[in-house]
Amino acid sequence: MKTESRLEKVLEAGAFAVTSECGPPRGADPDVIREKGALLKGVVDAANITDCQTSVVRMSSLASCLILKEMGFDPILQMVTRDRNRIAIQSDILGAAALGINNILCLSGDHQRFGDHPQAKNVYDIDSIQLIMTVKKMRDEGKFLNDEELTKPPQLFIGAAANPFADPVDIRALRLAKKAAAGVQFIQTQCIFNLDRFGQWMREVVDMGLHEKVAILAGVTPLKSVGMGKYMKNLVPGMDVPDAIIERLKGVPKEQQSAEGIKICIETIQQLKEMKGVRGVHIMAIEWEEKVKEIAEGAGLLPRPKV
Amino acid sequence: MRLDYPTNVKIVRVPCTGKVDLLHILKAFEEGVDGVYVAGCLEGECHFLSGNLRAKKRVGHVQGILAVLGINPARLQMYNLSAAMGGRFVEIAQEMTERVKALGPSPIKTGKGREFVEEEEEEKGQ
Amino acid sequence: MIVAEAKPLEEVLAMIDRYDKIILAGCKECAAVCAAGGEKEVGVLASTITLARKRDGRAIEIREVTLERQCDPEYVEGIREFAGDYQAILSIACGVGVQYMAEHYKNIPALPGLNTSFMGGSLEQGVWSERCQGCGTCILHLTGGICPVTRCAKSLFNGPCGGSAGGKCEVNKEIDCGWQLIIDRLKALGEFEARYTELFPLKDWSTSRDGGQRTITREDLKQ
Repeated sequence: MKTESRLEKVLEAGAFAVTSECGPPRGADPDVIREKGALLKGVVDAANITDCQTSVVRMSSLASCLILKEMGFDPILQMVTRDRNRIAIQSDILGAAALGINNILCLSGDHQRFGDHPQAKNVYDIDSIQLIMTVKKMRDEGKFLNDEELTKPPQLFIGAAANPFADPVDIRALRLAKKAAAGVQFIQTQCIFNLDRFGQWMREVVDMGLHEKVAILAGVTPLKSVGMGKYMKNLVPGMDVPDAIIERLKGVPKEQQSAEGIKICIETIQQLKEMKGVRGVHIMAIEWEEKVKEIAEGAGLLPRPKV
Repeated sequence: MRLDYPTNVKIVRVPCTGKVDLLHILKAFEEGVDGVYVAGCLEGECHFLSGNLRAKKRVGHVQGILAVLGINPARLQMYNLSAAMGGRFVEIAQEMTERVKALGPSPIKTGKGREFVEEEEEEKGQ
Repeated sequence: MIVAEAKPLEEVLAMIDRYDKIILAGCKECAAVCAAGGEKEVGVLASTITLARKRDGRAIEIREVTLERQCDPEYVEGIREFAGDYQAILSIACGVGVQYMAEHYKNIPALPGLNTSFMGGSLEQGVWSERCQGCGTCILHLTGGICPVTRCAKSLFNGPCGGSAGGKCEVNKEIDCGWQLIIDRLKALGEFEARYTELFPLKDWSTSRDGGQRTITREDLKQ
């Protein structure tokens, strides 16, 4: 049985999918989501709402997803295991499905030490792979984790994240295999700047036949400036930004760097489209959501197909 | 060499400064002495190889305790010299005596409270 | 051993401020091995407290005693004869010892001189590192003898996460990524293929902490 997810339908139809994400506000204002959503209208097949990313408190993903849904989007609920135990997790899964949210992205979540409340106790009752198993069990077996029957199974398209650039490099494709075995259906990768390295990972993934079991959406992020490039290169774990990219940005005058960053992003997408096994793109324009449309347009991804 | 050194210096002889324990130094201050210094062999020349290095660490540790207690850690010092350096021995005794005289009697004797605040000293140092 | 660390001096002095006759009780086991509460540390702390009092023109009488352990009733009873003469017991054993003192000497406040942290071992002289969090269901045979609960910052059972970099944990670059260690070890043991591809089932945390104090009994040894 398929879910109502538009993302799933687009992938089933064989089209190249486009997703993006919105960071919710650090306050109770729903209009922030509505404004960000408005920038993505007609540009994406589905949109993620992050879940207290980098362990910084923001409006809940579930609430924000509902706001996006009311605008006509197909939201992707991001759920981390850092803050909730299996009781709350199963409860939220039922809640999301009841509200008509069709997609869930299963993550462990950044550790609380990174965030704005480092004194908090974390949970990590289960990990991201076990979360995938949980959603699958509830949806396909109609059971809770304790094997008791639930009354109406939640219909959710199951996603997770993958980082081809993290260490140890030699097990990254294997880890994707584990997620596939657990039941994941789509993957969004960490943003890609090093196409060679990404290509290597994709080849391993294709060799294992995983590209047929899991829809891989390649992550991209436009760089606003040399500063941003350097920051991501040096201070963000699991990120690979080749020197050539930084040099390219340095080569243009400061006021043109952001335009160059967009260009690089578009070129990256165009190359990703040609790679075997890549079935879509996940555009992460952090606090720069207004550029997503330009990027999608420049990469020939608009208009989105009707499904 | 028959050189004179200040009479207020009382010597406690040990076979190696590595034998000096935290408690020896702390007890001395408890008794009310105004200053303590540990004189060990030159670094790299310890007869027992690293006794003087252990002493250095222990002196550092007690200086830390003194600072937290609000007792000026300058009352405790580590010095290094060889057995042949009679002149230096006298120099050290004089230097330490001058330093401690300037600091005045130990707060342990006077019972008048802290004489030293860590942050203030750091600011002065800057 | 249980690894603990001396509380900051100011905190200890504030705790005993209203007392002028206390017992300072050390322990010859874990607290001594991690150089936090053994006989040596009893002597140094007693001297330090005395210096603080003398500095302020006040007095204090400290009865220094170091017990075999503070987690066995027989040893804790060892101070019964004179405990009543004192106003408080400052214990520099682990949190267990402080509580045993409180339980045995109900009318005398038992004060903690240490912050008890974890179960671990010595890495080298002067350095102790955490290895066990007492989850109650040990699976070390499945992870090459390296604990994912303790050594992975997120206690993942299907790790590593996407933040592992250069074999180090993204949360704290000083510590190794627990899962990098597990993978390396499984490979060295020739167990990688068999173990790593298995999906680790959900952990039963009911044997772990936060269910009230746990008790273990050997019926054959009970009186």
